[in-house]
Amino acid sequence: MINTTGLTKTYEGGPEAVANLTMSVAPGEIVGFLGPNGAGKTTAMRMLTTLLKPTSGSAVVAGHDLLGDPREVRRRIGYVSQSGGVDPAVPLGEELEVQAMLYGLSRARASARAAEVLALLDLTGLETRPGGALSGGQRRRVDIAFALTHRPVLLFLDEPTTGLDPRSRAALWDHVRRLRAEQGVTVFLTTHYLDEADALCDRLLIMDRGRIVAEGAPAALKTGGRTLDEVFLDLTGRPLGQEAGA
Amino acid sequence: MRDTWILFRHSLRVSMRQKAGVVFGAVQPLLFLVLFGPLFATIGTWETLVPGLIVQLGLMSMGLAGFGVVFEKRSGVLERLRVTPASRLALLLGRVLSNAVTLVLQTLLLVAAGYAFGMRAPLAGLAAGLVLVVVLGTGLAALSYAIALTMNEHLFAPVMSTAVVPLVLLSGSFLPMSMAPGWLDALSHASPFRYVLEALRELFAGRYASATVLTGVAVAVAFAAIGLLVGTRVFGERTA
Ligand SMILES: Nc1ncnc2c1ncn2[C@@H]1O[C@H](COP(=O)(O)OP(=O)(O)OP(=O)(O)O)[C@@H](O)[C@H]1O
Ligand SMILES: [Mg+2]
Repeated sequence: MINTTGLTKTYEGGPEAVANLTMSVAPGEIVGFLGPNGAGKTTAMRMLTTLLKPTSGSAVVAGHDLLGDPREVRRRIGYVSQSGGVDPAVPLGEELEVQAMLYGLSRARASARAAEVLALLDLTGLETRPGGALSGGQRRRVDIAFALTHRPVLLFLDEPTTGLDPRSRAALWDHVRRLRAEQGVTVFLTTHYLDEADALCDRLLIMDRGRIVAEGAPAALKTGGRTLDEVFLDLTGRPLGQEAGA
Repeated sequence: MRDTWILFRHSLRVSMRQKAGVVFGAVQPLLFLVLFGPLFATIGTWETLVPGLIVQLGLMSMGLAGFGVVFEKRSGVLERLRVTPASRLALLLGRVLSNAVTLVLQTLLLVAAGYAFGMRAPLAGLAAGLVLVVVLGTGLAALSYAIALTMNEHLFAPVMSTAVVPLVLLSGSFLPMSMAPGWLDALSHASPFRYVLEALRELFAGRYASATVLTGVAVAVAFAAIGLLVGTRVFGERTA
């Protein structure tokens, strides 16, 4: 579902944010990027979602070449960005409908689909609310609703549960698992939460300073009774969540 | 095409919700009409002044159109749309066409006010002039988006609203450039807006087949093409 070869991004005048990333994600897998602030998780994700041009390297995403055929990639993926993308001035129902129509749905089907995803994320009744009048957690769920409107085969979630209360977090985990179980959706996510990585992911890629420093099932990474925290400390010499280069 | 239509309708619906915004965009030229027009009418005609104010309106209203995208960039909406399969041209054109509708409404408002003060122009000339203004406005709005996405977002509004002033003055909005001293006249020939404005004045005077009109139309079309080209490129490349 995702295959990258030597994917690298160097920001102008900045550091190598992602260095020579080679990895693959199988269909139906739930894979997580775990790493401290500035590790390069978002940068990697933005390259894989066609938003950011890699400095070098290549990737095949959802069966299509990332650089050669970005439009076909976009048709098949859903992306929840770290900071979200809800228009504060537009009623939710209307905006979801536009989103669905951009994926080729007729107006009637788009409007039905909008109602469906709102229900799915427990947002029914908020159709006429503009994004600016939502709580942070509600807005986060709307972000996820946007990414699901067109039933993507591959879902990118950049810190999806940041700002959610425990109940919404659990509901979202549940939802992600169901997407995979019922529709075979592949999920690629980033998180800072060890419990989330542990609960949700089949496989973890631990990232630090643009590189993958460890990879494995959450259980395997915890061998010897160590927590992910300790594993991370071993691998990088500093605790999880600490600023890179600090 | 379909994407453009979807985004156009959406954009238009959003901007029409702010009716005050549409009217406010036309306030400055309207003030010139009311407070400067009667003065101008003592030496010139309303048919000369109103086209000038229309060009001023176009420059101000469309030149600042990019401001909308600054907000969309900040809120992440633009990035979300860039992950959809909608073409980059559609992302731009949908917005630009909705801006064009706003400009038409504002221009009609200005023309109606001009009419109330005594301007008279043939209907065909007004209609042709409106088309010309829309073509020019399309290019301006597209360029404005390109600038907004390229430039530091905090500088966009102050820089653009200042940049518009010399462009308006050099187009000969308030007094025809033929009255200017040689150097100023020469300088204003570098501004595309001068040609469009002169064509507009001809159209308002009921002269349709003149070389001036032809030049103005050619300049407006070329300007729109360049604007859309640059705008699409920037929309494709830039990220929030
Ligand atoms: N637009 C940019 N221009 C220059 N440098 C950038 C840009 N965006 C990110 N960086 C730098 O690239 C590195 C990786 O950033 P990135 O956002 O990918 O990290 P992250 O792992 O997602 O961090 P976080 O956990 O804080 O979200 C950081 O050093 C960051 O400062
Ligand atoms: Mg990040």
